[in-house]
Amino acid sequence: MAPADGEDFAIIGRSLTKPDAMAKVSGQTRFADDLALPRMLYGRLLRSPNPHARILSLDVSRARALPGVFAVLTGEDLPEKFGILPVSQDEEALAREKVRYVGDPIAAVAAADEWVAEEALALIEVRFEDLPRYMSIEEAIQGQGEPIHGRSNVHKAVALEFGDTEAALSQAAYQREDMVFFEGNTHLPMEQHAAVGHYGQDGKLTLWSSTQTPHYVHRALGKVLGLPMSRIRVIATPNGGGFGGKSDIFSHELVAARLAMVTGRPVKITLTREEVFYAHRGRHPVLMKVRTGVDRDGRIASMQFTTFLDGGAYGSYGVASTYYTGALQPATYAIPAYRFEGVRLFTNKPPCGPKRGHGTPQPRFALEVHMDRLAEDLGIDPVTLRLRNLPRANSRTVNWLRITSCGLKECIERVAEESRFLARWKSMPPGRGLGFAVSSYLSGAGTAIYWNDMPHSEVQLKLDRNGGVALFCGAIDIGQGSDHVLAAIVAEVLGIALEDVQLTTADTDLTPIDLGSYSSRVTFMAGNAARVAAERVMARLFAAAARVMGCEPEELRARDRRIFRRERQEEGIPFAQAVQAAEAEDGVVSATGSYTPPRLAGPYKGSGVGPSPAYSYSAAVVEVDCDPRTGEVRVPEVWIAHDIGRAINPVLVEGQVEGSVYMALGEALMEEQTFRLGLHKFPSMLEYKSPTTLETPVMHTYLIETIDPEGPFGAKEAGQGPLLPVIPAVANAVHNALGVRIDEIPITPDRVLRALAEKARGHAPRVGPAAIPAFSFPPPIRADVPDEWKAR
Amino acid sequence: MLRLPRLRYARPASVREAVETVATQPGAMLLAGGTDLLPNLKRRQFDATMLVSLGGIPELRAIEGDDRSGLRIGAGATLDQVASHPALTDGLRALAQACADVSTPQIRMMGTIGGNLMVDPRCNYYNQTEHWRRAVGYCLKRDGDICLVARSSPRCWAISSSDSAPVAVALEAEVTLEGPSGARRLRVSELYRDDGIAYTTRRPEEVITALELAPVDRRLTSAYWKLRRRGSFDFPILGVAVACWWEDGVVARARGALGAVGSHPVDISDYLSPLQGARPDGDLIASVAERADKPSRPLDNADLSHYWRKRMTRVYIERALRQACGLEPMAGLLSAQVRS
Amino acid sequence: MTATRVPVRLRVNGENYEVMTFPYKTLLEVLREDLGLTGTKHGCELGECSTCGVLVDGKPFLSCLALPLDLQERAITTIEGMAEAGRPHPLQVAFAELGAAQCGYCTPAMLLTARALLDRDPSPTREAIRQALSGVLCRCTGYVKIFEAVELAALRMRDGAG
Repeated sequence: MAPADGEDFAIIGRSLTKPDAMAKVSGQTRFADDLALPRMLYGRLLRSPNPHARILSLDVSRARALPGVFAVLTGEDLPEKFGILPVSQDEEALAREKVRYVGDPIAAVAAADEWVAEEALALIEVRFEDLPRYMSIEEAIQGQGEPIHGRSNVHKAVALEFGDTEAALSQAAYQREDMVFFEGNTHLPMEQHAAVGHYGQDGKLTLWSSTQTPHYVHRALGKVLGLPMSRIRVIATPNGGGFGGKSDIFSHELVAARLAMVTGRPVKITLTREEVFYAHRGRHPVLMKVRTGVDRDGRIASMQFTTFLDGGAYGSYGVASTYYTGALQPATYAIPAYRFEGVRLFTNKPPCGPKRGHGTPQPRFALEVHMDRLAEDLGIDPVTLRLRNLPRANSRTVNWLRITSCGLKECIERVAEESRFLARWKSMPPGRGLGFAVSSYLSGAGTAIYWNDMPHSEVQLKLDRNGGVALFCGAIDIGQGSDHVLAAIVAEVLGIALEDVQLTTADTDLTPIDLGSYSSRVTFMAGNAARVAAERVMARLFAAAARVMGCEPEELRARDRRIFRRERQEEGIPFAQAVQAAEAEDGVVSATGSYTPPRLAGPYKGSGVGPSPAYSYSAAVVEVDCDPRTGEVRVPEVWIAHDIGRAINPVLVEGQVEGSVYMALGEALMEEQTFRLGLHKFPSMLEYKSPTTLETPVMHTYLIETIDPEGPFGAKEAGQGPLLPVIPAVANAVHNALGVRIDEIPITPDRVLRALAEKARGHAPRVGPAAIPAFSFPPPIRADVPDEWKAR
Repeated sequence: MLRLPRLRYARPASVREAVETVATQPGAMLLAGGTDLLPNLKRRQFDATMLVSLGGIPELRAIEGDDRSGLRIGAGATLDQVASHPALTDGLRALAQACADVSTPQIRMMGTIGGNLMVDPRCNYYNQTEHWRRAVGYCLKRDGDICLVARSSPRCWAISSSDSAPVAVALEAEVTLEGPSGARRLRVSELYRDDGIAYTTRRPEEVITALELAPVDRRLTSAYWKLRRRGSFDFPILGVAVACWWEDGVVARARGALGAVGSHPVDISDYLSPLQGARPDGDLIASVAERADKPSRPLDNADLSHYWRKRMTRVYIERALRQACGLEPMAGLLSAQVRS
Repeated sequence: MTATRVPVRLRVNGENYEVMTFPYKTLLEVLREDLGLTGTKHGCELGECSTCGVLVDGKPFLSCLALPLDLQERAITTIEGMAEAGRPHPLQVAFAELGAAQCGYCTPAMLLTARALLDRDPSPTREAIRQALSGVLCRCTGYVKIFEAVELAALRMRDGAG
């Protein structure tokens, strides 16, 4: 009923103006901090000045007594623990016994304005007993003294083996091992987090919040506040940038809600930029080791991958992050034997969580610079090496990930051709270099954060008698264009205009569940749910129209707000008339649609992270211009090809690709979270460097369409995948230009000069880790492998 | 949101009135463009209780004269005005360059040359919020007893972070200050002290009214090179300003100053004396630059490694000198010898 | 110090406003909280991102570092004043059409800064656009479509479509 492949789409595949565009360009979009309710109070959090300490006493009496202060909360008011993952319920809205990082919230006030709130915070007296601090992976492993949580600073250690990697290595014609370190960085969304709580006299709590995951916030509010979810309404406001930084449950959300309940007045809490750095949930620093054995032609025979994650003070998504550092390698290359060991440590820093790519950019960096060296060692060019190791479409990886469509080959060939990589890379002018890398990414995690059998995304449609469609979905637009995707799919199926679809999203009172705008899941999962709902509506409308027109429903087609006979297009009725006919027969025309990913996890413990209903693929070539005298690296040009499945809206997909490239360059060259004296060295937008217009390269974006069988209209993800290959491509380009390997991210000028100095002295021309810490991983779970790998 | 502290506001109509207000009102601070003061106030780096705005004094914004007759730049002229002023070409172009290099277009529209000369020396232990500074136990410059970047030092090592200051020093510019007892004039180099806290000889109740450049009667060339991570926003982590006066094709006099590697603009003119009487070529410039970085002593309180900033000093001195001497700046000899 | 409100007059988007507010509230805070003009956003309040960008007498200014009492005689333009008589500015149309606004948070500042550029240079080169926008941070777009949208708007305005 919906247009089939090969048919000319009216909306899908066109670069239309997205539904929320005009509101955004006129400043009319209401972000959380734009909300002002009558009698609203302002909340502020008191945050720990200590990286690790026991709270000996907390006296809020003077703060409570300050005129203009309406409530003060401490940990005793919100004792219930929470956390985004069921296995990591280790956070408190306000610290009770211990603080675990500088910035950890301890108390909160609601006041008439932020000046009074600041005064009140200064009147809160806290006494601490210092505890030993752990500020790095090494310190967390080796440190003595009270651990951050429980009995040790080890949060999670995992080990998995598929096939016999040692045997395969010993038989390999060649093998090598590399170690790299990827420093942590953060999302730096332009919009600071904000939440407004409102508690009605009827006992109904409403929380507006700039969150990517209203459903998870909803559940946590119920748990922590002890209210049934039906008495809580969470409305996610449009995010001014998320990138994974707004997908946890945060103290300020729980506190705004509780303060509203206690004062009976609306309470707004907006984080300062410094506090956004403390909220963090960003990229884990990861120390990695990879060893690969290959045959003479460079075909991978065996790979062993070890990762150490610096997790910060709480769990967040960290268990998933740990698995992610090992899960996708076999999705990018045909790896017949694979071992992965990973461990996440707690440290006294803001908790790390998901940032664009979630645990995969770091190992991607390691893998792609490693492959670049393998190519060099074997005398093969980097492009050919990848082409010899391609994963197969419609296959299972050795760790049971199901690959459907796979456009990696086309992506590789496209960027190599457009950049003239092979013709140029051995003869670049002085200081110039070309680097190449590839990657893959999920289109939504196949497993929900809390295990259940219910759909991951649901859409409701309700039609009005004028032919307008109200669409309800829990998915929140964080700038990636999810509103457009939903409207476009429904409008295409129903044959109406984009502007005929009215969206209501991310309101737990009104919209059915979508698990959240994270994991690149929305186009795929909410899109599929929207398609199903629209097709159900279409069935009713075609049946009613067929009765009106005296024909069979199968003969009908919908387009341009008409329903007409496919073979005789002049015979048709207006869309609105079909709606009225259907409503006359059977009441309001509405339908729901949902999407549950197929159960894809392999038969082993720990298989829940990695599976996805589809994988996107990307390939990038980066050109760098290096100054060997100063070590400065500039990027004048980037070529990137991305297997999008199908671009629902090409200009929006390009925007995601370009934004991913931009963010990757920021991470590769300048973004870093470093700590000194136990706290964040520079929690400001000036000192945490993100690229300006002056650092932006020329970007060539190529969208490869493989029309995925599971994606809505064949679409896959675009929001995260394109970031992944760019970082290692920069490192490989620096090597091509200067002959040095910078095995640390970010690639700063002083690191480049150090490597050049090593080279000049005749030492290994690299900067990077020389060893990994001694750590006893658990014995690996030796999983069975899919049949297609058993023969190899 | 990060908010200013509670403050009163005054808007005097004349410099005299401004001086009187600051002299008589405790906690009063002068407000020009606000681009340095307001962020610092929001981070509670000062105990101000009143802002005395200079925005209501139009004569402070005037720019008069030219390089032939002498240039008088009102301290209230914006950085954008100075950067684009037609008189600041040729010999005086380094000053326009320095102003154009400051931060962002927005900041340059608001910030003044007087404010930029008076930028409060910076340090990444100091330019932080009250909460952050409390967490590290404060520092010598504000609320604490120890300089956190040089713990055994009795003095503060906050960094002179002005782009215009080293250029003004190199160009031998003068400033006029007006205070309760009248006006005085001094060399820009005398405006600064080598200390991160007591960094200026300007008294709190004095208003800088103008920056003055003497008539250029000889051929003058100048250059300013700023080192920073990004092309906008960032303060200098090294600034090199040089000026050469020429006669019959040889250097008659050369002056230079380094920014962002000390608490004041560091004068390197003595190290440039070998250029005197010479027609500088690449070798001479390289040898001068190699020695002239000696007074550059960056510490670990700014962006990027201070070792690297030190190493870049000679490279940037070479580039600035080459530019001022009419040679291709990036083709210098020194650069190739950079080693760890 | 006790909090005392003072009268503040501002001319914003061609309209005259008068409010009683704290003299230590920045233009950003007065616009958003006293005048209800929430189109102007904030990212840091320290002048480190330009998200709060507005125009003062047509020039890009940071509202987070400006005091209303310093600006009572000036003409202030915010994003709400970008459209004329309900018709969006060609820059707004171009941004919307080309996907130059993703999350939309930096967009008001980007648009106003771009408008200041086109008002003084109707045919800017790519480099001039880059320089003019070098003070506004965006985390979503990588700036590419922003450049393209400014060029498209400039073209249309030169052709008289604006």
